[in-house]
Amino acid sequence: MPNPFALHKSQQDGLSLIAVEGFLDAHTAPQFEKTIQTEIDAGHNRIIVDCEKLTYISSAGLGVFMSFVEELREAGGDIKICGLTPKVRGVFDMLGFQEIFDLVDDQQTAVRRFAEAPVKES
Amino acid sequence: MAAIERTFTLHVPSSTENLALIREFVTSVGTQAGLDQSDIGKLELAVDEACANVIEHAYGHDATKEVVVRAIFDEEVLRIKVIDTGRGFDPQSIPQADLERLVAERRSGGLGLRLMKSLVDEVRYEFEPGQKNELHMTKRIKKTTP
Repeated sequence: MPNPFALHKSQQDGLSLIAVEGFLDAHTAPQFEKTIQTEIDAGHNRIIVDCEKLTYISSAGLGVFMSFVEELREAGGDIKICGLTPKVRGVFDMLGFQEIFDLVDDQQTAVRRFAEAPVKES
Repeated sequence: MAAIERTFTLHVPSSTENLALIREFVTSVGTQAGLDQSDIGKLELAVDEACANVIEHAYGHDATKEVVVRAIFDEEVLRIKVIDTGRGFDPQSIPQADLERLVAERRSGGLGLRLMKSLVDEVRYEFEPGQKNELHMTKRIKKTTP
């Protein structure tokens, strides 16, 4: 049974960009979690997660964002989430993630947001 | 005339690898039952959450165990039962902390039941400790106006 999932990592001007593709569920979330942990271990505290090609997310995937954001903010960084499709955005909104996380339209906006407000202002 | 009831059952080994298969099953049944795309997506996620709970908590990732997903529908309602024989795990027994607290505590879990309740019309549990645990979910089928 195919469970398409891929992560693409890159660095841009001191920001870590992780593009997530496919299905982020309880099966694939550990891989996503490990990737973010690797970035944090390397001292990269400003992370953009591009979800343009993310077609599905369950609470296991959402939990990864939830478990790291505090640590990143304490270190002066943040996690900005961009490119959510309406279907995936609906799941974020259902749980109130828009109150906690910076959800922006695209990568450029996320980069700009890091320059303007490194940590989401509540 | 009595409504015709249809039943479909999927048995899969208790592994997160099979969540994609379970979602495909729910999508197929939801389509056949006449749910719209939005409701199919919601039911798919709700069943994924229920099965992930069984795989991780009731069976502790023991792939020799089996998760059963049964779908029963007529013209008005689609019912899903997620059946396991593992530890009787009642997600409703876990206090539901708000999102800010979960974030402050750096938790990665605690969202599944909240999602399930938001996604379907009814969530209910039946337990027979050591015998069988069943999670029942109900989704009403919206009538399309001609």
